[in-house]
Amino acid sequence: MESKKYLDDISQIKDLMNRSSRFISLSGLSGILAGLYSIAGAIITYVFLLPQGDYVVLHSWNFRLIVGILIAVAVLSLVTAYLLSSKKAKKNNENIWDETTKRLLISFLVPLVTGGIYILIKLNSQHYGLTGSLMLIFYGLALVNASKYTIGNVKYLGYAEIVLGLICAALPGYGFWFWVVGFGVLHIVYGSLIYFKEEKA
Amino acid sequence: MGLIDNINKLFDHRIRLGIMSILMVNEEVDFNRLKELLNVTDGNLASHTKTLEKAEYIKIEKSFIGKKPNTRYTATKLGKLSFKKHIEALEQLIKTK
Repeated sequence: MESKKYLDDISQIKDLMNRSSRFISLSGLSGILAGLYSIAGAIITYVFLLPQGDYVVLHSWNFRLIVGILIAVAVLSLVTAYLLSSKKAKKNNENIWDETTKRLLISFLVPLVTGGIYILIKLNSQHYGLTGSLMLIFYGLALVNASKYTIGNVKYLGYAEIVLGLICAALPGYGFWFWVVGFGVLHIVYGSLIYFKEEKA
Repeated sequence: MGLIDNINKLFDHRIRLGIMSILMVNEEVDFNRLKELLNVTDGNLASHTKTLEKAEYIKIEKSFIGKKPNTRYTATKLGKLSFKKHIEALEQLIKTK
């Protein structure tokens, strides 16, 4: 009789620890979709917009289009993640917008926005060689930083992005391909891993 | 029963156990957040936090954000240690039964 009470105590402790510190796990499907958007964006860029010799001139129309595609991919991914995660939250009777979500977003956005601004400053002074690497590194840092508020293994995705970004920095000229691997392939792999885990659970 | 001796009386209550659980994984939590998570009344929460403060398991800090009073709670080292011991005791109890 007593031990039933203690078991209840333990499950209450676990529940409160999770609810108070961790955001609901992100939906795996949103990871897969984010990867697919990235690859679609990369294909459009590669086929139509990258001129011969991987050389893009700043302020040209196709440079602006590439930036537009990047923003579209980012916005689409975020909207998808939000919609699918809130659907999941509703199903589990959780509140998507609480203190933990706010902290999750802040810790995710601080490194990301810092990186974004840094990249824009570098672009403005004609330094676009490392853009792919910088995007990967700052995105990875944002994931690692935000992972304390998530259930699951977002931090490993973050580490993978950082490592990829560093390798990318060491191999100039392949930024585009590293970007495709980091934002496309890794998202799909990671999303599928979560997705199948979810299906099993 | 020697095992029961390790169970901390202070944590043998739902709300106090809840407060400590939350403070174990959050550096700092304010009054309203605790209330929201634990689903308790103001008075109830205040009396239990006071009990924990008396035992020096948690620290209470009062300040003002604008004109609104804001009360924040953090777990002390002693509190965290006691909570861990309590959990271990629970674990032992369940294992032996």
